Amino acid sequence: MADDKIKKMIHDSEHGMTSIVKTIVRFVIGIIFVFGVYIILYGHLTPGGGFAGGVILACGYIILTLGFGKILGLKKLSDKVASVLDTAGVLVFLIIGLAGFTGGYFFLNFMAKGEIFHLASAGTIPLMNIAIGVKVTASIFAVFIALSIFGKFVSALGESSEENRKGSNEE
Amino acid sequence: METYLLVLTVFMIIGSVIAIETKNLLSSVISVGVVGFSLGIIFLMLGAPDIAITQVVVEILILVILIRATISTDNTAIEKHRDNLPIVASLIFFGLFLLFSYFAVHDLPVFGEPVMKVASRYLETGVRETGATNIVTAVLLDFRAYDTIGEATVLFVSIVGAFVILRRQGRKGRGEKDVEKVGILEDEDIKKNFEGF
Repeated sequence: MADDKIKKMIHDSEHGMTSIVKTIVRFVIGIIFVFGVYIILYGHLTPGGGFAGGVILACGYIILTLGFGKILGLKKLSDKVASVLDTAGVLVFLIIGLAGFTGGYFFLNFMAKGEIFHLASAGTIPLMNIAIGVKVTASIFAVFIALSIFGKFVSALGESSEENRKGSNEE
Repeated sequence: METYLLVLTVFMIIGSVIAIETKNLLSSVISVGVVGFSLGIIFLMLGAPDIAITQVVVEILILVILIRATISTDNTAIEKHRDNLPIVASLIFFGLFLLFSYFAVHDLPVFGEPVMKVASRYLETGVRETGATNIVTAVLLDFRAYDTIGEATVLFVSIVGAFVILRRQGRKGRGEKDVEKVGILEDEDIKKNFEGF
């Protein structure tokens, strides 16, 4: 089963870094994701927003990839899913902007404002924050994938690409 | 407060000079990190937590990616021989920049003084008009959403470019040769050379 394979991969010393790193990553990863989602969702109430939260989420995926190896990282968020999410984020943002035409002009905040200091307030702003957060998560992780796993650029710099290329051909 | 700013700015300048001059790539990357984190602290002290969060997080990300990219490479030593012309030219332009900025800065308002001709309107009506209590997000996603969509487009295009250039599928196989024909390709050539696109 695939789950067994992943479980084996988690404890396997061949994939990723040492067990120290893996243990720490296992403790920290949940907190990182929760914090990233918090920063995105509460972007209209407290400091933060879609971009910062998205970068935090992308850092979570990157730490997974660095700690547990590229196979697990790509399993959690593969490059194809990442590019789809990237595109979807931009599209959703644009659609929300275009939906403002229902009330008059581009990027009109056409939804109900709600009560101040409540999570469901400020109309379209939280939705835009979420769209930007998804987009930034996917795209930053995609850059990391492209630079470190596809390995064309990195391999041109050093030898580590050689094993990258071998590994990627095996897939 | 301004003393702190001065110290941090000098620290940043030292860090960037080290980043340029050092011969070890890893030290250079770490010096770049010093510059970024100092900038984050400066943003915090100036009362801009939004930008500070973004700055620190992005700096961590850049450090991770750059260290991942450079840690396996050997010391690519900078060439000792240098042309004098670029140095002289940049010194001259730096002097010109200082000269003009001396005149330009005179007309600027005092640092940190709340002039806020445009921003005061946002502060007064922002919460009422948008419902968002974080005024930075309100400006970013409501008053100035055009800027944000431009930013998103820039990010999107750069990611597409990175994927197209760096992805694996676009590469040639071992036995294949470069396409020598110029102009419109035959169907077979396209099939042969661009399989996997």
